[in-house]
Amino acid sequence: MNKDDLIKTICDNVIQGRRTKDDEGIDDSLSGTPGVVELVGEALAAEVSVQSILKEGLSRGMDIVGKKFEANEYFIPDMLAAAEAVSAAMDVLEPHIMKAGLEPKGQFVIATVLGDHHDIGKNIVAVLLKGAGFQVIDLGTDVPADRIIEAANKNNAQQVGLSALLTTTMPEMKTTIEAFKKAGLREKVKVLIGGAPTSKEFAKEIGADAHCKDAFEAIAVAESHAGSR
Amino acid sequence: MHQRKGVLVRPVERLSTEQIKMIDQASMAIFADPGIICYSDIAAGYFSDNGAAVVKNSGDGGTGWIIKIPEDMVRKVVTTAPSVVYLGARKEENRLILDAHEPRVRFVSGSETNVWLESVVRGYVGEDDPEDKLRLVRFIRRRGTVADLTRAAHVAEHLEHLDSFIRTVNIQDEDIEESTKDVNKFFACLNNMTKHVMGGLTDVSQLDNVIRMAEIIAGGNEALRGNPLVSFIACVCKSPLQMVADSAEKMIEVAKRGFPVVISSSPQGGSTAPVDEAGMIAQINAEILSGVVLAQLVKEGAPVLYGSVPTRARMEDLHDMYGAPEFNHYNVDCAQMARFYGLPCYSTAGIADTCVPGMQATVEKLLSHIYVPMSGAHYVHYAFGLLERTNTFSLEQAVLDDAHIGISKRLLAEPRVGPDEITEALKQIREVMSTSHRLFARYVRKKLHSGEIYPGYPFANDERDEVLLGAHERVKQLLEKPVPHLPQDVIEKIYQKVPGIVTRLKQEAKSE
Ligand code: B12
Repeated sequence: MNKDDLIKTICDNVIQGRRTKDDEGIDDSLSGTPGVVELVGEALAAEVSVQSILKEGLSRGMDIVGKKFEANEYFIPDMLAAAEAVSAAMDVLEPHIMKAGLEPKGQFVIATVLGDHHDIGKNIVAVLLKGAGFQVIDLGTDVPADRIIEAANKNNAQQVGLSALLTTTMPEMKTTIEAFKKAGLREKVKVLIGGAPTSKEFAKEIGADAHCKDAFEAIAVAESHAGSR
Repeated sequence: MHQRKGVLVRPVERLSTEQIKMIDQASMAIFADPGIICYSDIAAGYFSDNGAAVVKNSGDGGTGWIIKIPEDMVRKVVTTAPSVVYLGARKEENRLILDAHEPRVRFVSGSETNVWLESVVRGYVGEDDPEDKLRLVRFIRRRGTVADLTRAAHVAEHLEHLDSFIRTVNIQDEDIEESTKDVNKFFACLNNMTKHVMGGLTDVSQLDNVIRMAEIIAGGNEALRGNPLVSFIACVCKSPLQMVADSAEKMIEVAKRGFPVVISSSPQGGSTAPVDEAGMIAQINAEILSGVVLAQLVKEGAPVLYGSVPTRARMEDLHDMYGAPEFNHYNVDCAQMARFYGLPCYSTAGIADTCVPGMQATVEKLLSHIYVPMSGAHYVHYAFGLLERTNTFSLEQAVLDDAHIGISKRLLAEPRVGPDEITEALKQIREVMSTSHRLFARYVRKKLHSGEIYPGYPFANDERDEVLLGAHERVKQLLEKPVPHLPQDVIEKIYQKVPGIVTRLKQEAKSE
């Protein structure tokens, strides 16, 4: 494959949500052929620029998937699989991004707060953020404030996402924000919150930077934060 | 041979084997006493020539015959009826194989409604709040015409789950006489769709003209035999237990020519049959079997369908009623009886008692759209567009019924659990457990896009109920799809050889 074909095939595999050659796609058209992980390896070996892989391969694929989603042609599973493919590719690309002197989108710590085990929505947000090029540190569910602070600190995170699905665990979001203040780290991070019972008003009330009603808003907000850094 | 798939089900057995046998015996007892009253001398002749006791009816002012069909005659003759009946179609993939021993369900339109529901969309403004605006589909009732039948056939061609077509509307054009109704009816269907066309005959003298038309389309007599594009319906018995001369003789003529024919009977529980299941099924079974026996006496091996159209009577006015649970019981029982005799079953589902599409219609229809097919009946007619019992047809309703039948088919699909599925499931579970997010969504995609899993209600709207507007739009879209007209030379030949078809049906085909 020449360089252009390689990039185009990476893009096609993102659209089909294929991480490796073992993955199935939306249909059988690419079955058994290399997925993005193998293709990105090939591209790097063929000295395709990191920038082209990112822009014309991965991002372009993700854009197309997004458009298909808006046109009701694709569904959330398609978005998730495509995002997984991008994030698998990012793992391979990461060391090269630094070398190429490109600015990464940054570190994003995400967790479901203490007392709450709901994580479907939080996981969707995490996968799609990864697919959008963020480095996501997912701490799981039922996470106390001090572990979130520790992770944000250690990874030098610019953004923190908190999820809660229970009215009874929503106050824990406030507790977490207060703990960031106490630790003197509140100014260093943007805090995004989400989960069905939360709202813009609640975000304001507890001093969060943003509330996101879904994963798409989460990406938009996280990207605007990353852009304004 | 290619054929339409319909849905293969695991039949529910509402009646136990014991109960089936009891009903069978009760039907035999009905043949012995009171017997069947037969008003056709020709039919009575077939019965007496073959050893049934036939005596002049002394009741009823002495018209007709009382026929007592002996049990051994029924047993012997019914087995000569084929258990597999082929229904042909203009397109090979639209053919149907109805096999009594395979519970594969097909959904079919039906009835000859007098009323056609035309629709318009109107905007409304709230009396108290002018900001509150609504768009509603409004319906206008009018008499059906051959142009309507043409439109119905065109839409039916494009309805995914409609497997075969029975004319949905009675053509009441001024220039179409009783004597030419059949050729117009069949031509309007055959020239606008490629699925199987079934219908009743208005005038038996038109049978050969209809067959000639089908021969021209199929490419000759031989070709038509191998691919019967048309088949017929005859209500041989009028309930209770009376064999009518006109329809019995129509059936005799069809059977002689070897075309598939439905031997249908439509008793109403509570008026023309007992309301109780046991009595209703014993009676309708006797009515249908008497017709099946007659067909076999006319021509051994004549292809027939066990035509069960049992309904409930409505107690306000003794009209027929379809949204009743009893209606469903009757029809499932009949499918079991047909299976018992090894005959393919023509059954009934999807009729609403209300006059307009809407919530009531949906509830009434859905009951039988789901439950009757569970019986494994082979050819479920009346399933599309019927309202006001069977007096009104609506294209919007037909489109909705198509969608709902699609859901019903998914519901009834056989479980897919086998070694391959288990291997795949374990692989998926292990793979997902090794990820951080533990979501199975990725593995849904292929089946989602191929249509294997349910995509959601096709007329969904979260804000307000706009299902009818959606159906109206869908009808418009379908009417814009191509019409599969017959080739021009075939049309010309039909007009030359088959008299009585109105010229506008040919012009319509030309202008498109
Ligand atoms: C699935 C579910 C569960 C599953 C969770 C499985 C799992 N892996 O998560 C199980 C069965 C374990 C569960 C348990 C319980 N549940 Co529950 N559960 C639900 C349910 C049905 C769906 C939640 C969900 O996943 N939605 C789908 C996702 C995609 O949506 P989402 O979470 O809102 O996420 C989106 C956005 O909100 C946003 N978002 C979410 N998080 C974040 C984070 C960030 C940073 C950002 C930016 C955005 C964002 O983006 C997401 C994607 O678009 C809801 C009811 C409902 N329909 O909402 C009840 C519900 C949340 N549960 C409820 C309850 C009561 C419980 C239990 C207490 C029940 C019990 N008595 O044991 C336990 C709680 C256990 C615990 N301590 O957490 C109640 C909560 C009521 C309340 N008081 O608030 C609900 C509302 C049901 C109800 N109506 O009663 N539950």
